[in-house]
Amino acid sequence: MYCRKVGRPLLGLCGPGRSYSRAAVCRQRALWLRRSQHQALSRHNSTRSPSQSTVDPDEVKRFQSLASKWWDEQGEFAALHAMNDLRVPFIRDNLLNVHRAHHPGKPLAGLRILDVGCGGGLLTEPLGRLGANVLGIDPVENSIGTAQLHASYDPDLRDRVAYQACTLEELSADGAEEQEPVADRFDAVVASEVVEHLADLETFAFCCSHVLKPGGSLFITTINKTNLSYALGIVVAEQLLHIVPSGTHDWEKFISPVDLERLLESHGFSVQCVQGMLYNPVSGGWSWTNSTAINYALHAVKPRDSLQPDRAEESCPHPEDHAAATHS
Amino acid sequence: MHKLTKAALTCHGLGRCFISEKHVSAVKIISRGLVSAEHGDVYDVIISGGGMVGSAMACSLGMEPNLAGKKILLLEAGNKKVMDRVPEAYSTRVSSISPSSATLLSGIGAWEHITEMRCKPYKRMQVWDACSDALITFDKENLQEEMAYIVENDIVVASLTKQLDSMSDNVQVEYRSKVVKYRWPRPHHMAESIPWVQVTLANGKTLQTKLLIGADGPNSMVRRELGIPTVKWNYDQSAVVAVLHLSELSDTESSLVWSTSHQHAEELLELDEESFVDAINSAFWNNENQSELIETAGSLFRGTLSTMMPSAGSPRQLPPSVAGIGPKTRVMFPLGMGHASEYIRHRVALIGDAAHRVHPLAGQGANLGFGDVACLTQLLSQAAFNGKDLGAMQHLLEYETERQRHNLPMMVAIDLMKRLYSTNSVPVVLLRTLGLQATNMLPALKEQIIAFASK
Repeated sequence: MYCRKVGRPLLGLCGPGRSYSRAAVCRQRALWLRRSQHQALSRHNSTRSPSQSTVDPDEVKRFQSLASKWWDEQGEFAALHAMNDLRVPFIRDNLLNVHRAHHPGKPLAGLRILDVGCGGGLLTEPLGRLGANVLGIDPVENSIGTAQLHASYDPDLRDRVAYQACTLEELSADGAEEQEPVADRFDAVVASEVVEHLADLETFAFCCSHVLKPGGSLFITTINKTNLSYALGIVVAEQLLHIVPSGTHDWEKFISPVDLERLLESHGFSVQCVQGMLYNPVSGGWSWTNSTAINYALHAVKPRDSLQPDRAEESCPHPEDHAAATHS
Repeated sequence: MHKLTKAALTCHGLGRCFISEKHVSAVKIISRGLVSAEHGDVYDVIISGGGMVGSAMACSLGMEPNLAGKKILLLEAGNKKVMDRVPEAYSTRVSSISPSSATLLSGIGAWEHITEMRCKPYKRMQVWDACSDALITFDKENLQEEMAYIVENDIVVASLTKQLDSMSDNVQVEYRSKVVKYRWPRPHHMAESIPWVQVTLANGKTLQTKLLIGADGPNSMVRRELGIPTVKWNYDQSAVVAVLHLSELSDTESSLVWSTSHQHAEELLELDEESFVDAINSAFWNNENQSELIETAGSLFRGTLSTMMPSAGSPRQLPPSVAGIGPKTRVMFPLGMGHASEYIRHRVALIGDAAHRVHPLAGQGANLGFGDVACLTQLLSQAAFNGKDLGAMQHLLEYETERQRHNLPMMVAIDLMKRLYSTNSVPVVLLRTLGLQATNMLPALKEQIIAFASK
């Protein structure tokens, strides 16, 4: 999510040093390998990234400091944690419109979701808790490591949430080579706070379309390209209030809802709704708003193979029942 | 960019694995599976304490659809309280269950068990002042609706136990499990420790949980171990409880709670039954505490009020006369007040007497606890529907704020009442006499009081 810009300064940080005995390291590695083989045996269609665990003390230190960054709810990523109050219901309710919930307590059971740019897994974990099988991908390996570490504690999540350090292009390319059957594709792709970091949106849209099942949903949250978003999103948020680490965003990469819609529709998506989001720095909370001038959320659907795109509903069913679609 | 090496694992032809490598080293995972495996399963919620409030919490969580599939455990140090048949004799500890508590209990399916067993709705409450003729009457309009219900505590617990039996696939209950130790999780940015609460039982088992709910009574171990500062004091009073046989008011029996000094309470316990009955009657009917001044002032005031508001004021009911008491039913317990300054910590919430302990004079203790149950269940249900970690601070803080806002005024009011009525000194008695009479004449104010107490 915050990509290499944040990753690089964080790489240099070291937590307090720790020494591991060789025996302990070998023991842990053996146990891990056994566990990962067992899990690979029991997973049919999910792709997993059971990386090698040559436990390196420096990496451990890096994980420790990174964990404190991603998962500290009052820390640097506080605004992202708070954004879950909007984006999880947004994703959940829009998916429930199409796929009726069969399991009380696990409304998204049976759905496969891809979280692009998952970072430390802030959005991946809630979706996993709601019952979905989620694959989180991020090019920053350290973030993936942090995410895996955090999810490994929770037995609920271990079975449902997987991480992989790669980019969307690599994932969809591998799928293309192997001629991925439709069943292996995803019911939903989530790209939250990602699109403003990408260089090539055309490829992104193409890959999303490729990895999605027909009728699958694409959820994007990003920042609009307006004067207001420059003033508030960059000057105030980064430099004045430090809500977001400085240098995270590049205004040139922001995209307006209209442009994003046009782009997605040129790749065959049908945009179902767009809704503005507003951050209140005083309360630290997000709320839905009619204006998409700064942040907004978008839901698009890949049409089924038949001629008409599958329109679940005209209006955007987000938690406060506002009407859909205002473009600034 | 990373080099992706595809390694095909031919394990029964299942799955594909990607191993990503950097030039220097690969992506690392520290396996925590080692530690978790040693300690067994992780529960979603553990409730410590199976009294009225703890059991109600367990039932309430078990019946929540959004929490279906979560692992919930109730730990009770005592034995399972089963009641096949309602015992003939009344038990001494009773609670006044307000309508909103009754709603909660019926929502979790326990209320029908209670009404099947034994419960007494009441429609009117009258309070006499020992030092004057003042009294105050609370009743709902037209005596149609119940104001509240008097239910024996044992019956409440037995009904909740019965309900828990019927939902054993959602909620596990372990009786005779005393907790000896709690280990609290470090804050989340200490990555190498277990992030769950660890509960060690007397039998040596250690359990882990994402959320611990402390319902273990006024001397809560959970609260103590967390080091939560508690505002508390002991009233210099004990309560003597007994079951009375009245000559008038109810069918046959009634419940007594007599708050008095420790010494007097001990004396009362030592009296034989006849003398005890005499003591009660004289406490109700005795005029010796009334002074001339207060009598005059009181009747003057009453006269004035009735000219101003002739229609207000309900018919006076005389205090009851006690005919006898239930055999071997006298018990005494010390009274105190306690309020935890925090109801929550990371992954922990306190409910019921563990969070707040009140004087029984208003019969509100259990109701405050049931209110905690309703609030916390609703917040946890919403959090689960949003995919949140159940032990996260955000919704626990909401619970604390909402309940403290409700509980504190109630506790302050009860404490004030207690202090106001604990004295015989003339100025205070005069004040409360006139205040009581005035309040008795204002139905709007009385309705507010009832509404506040029934929430």
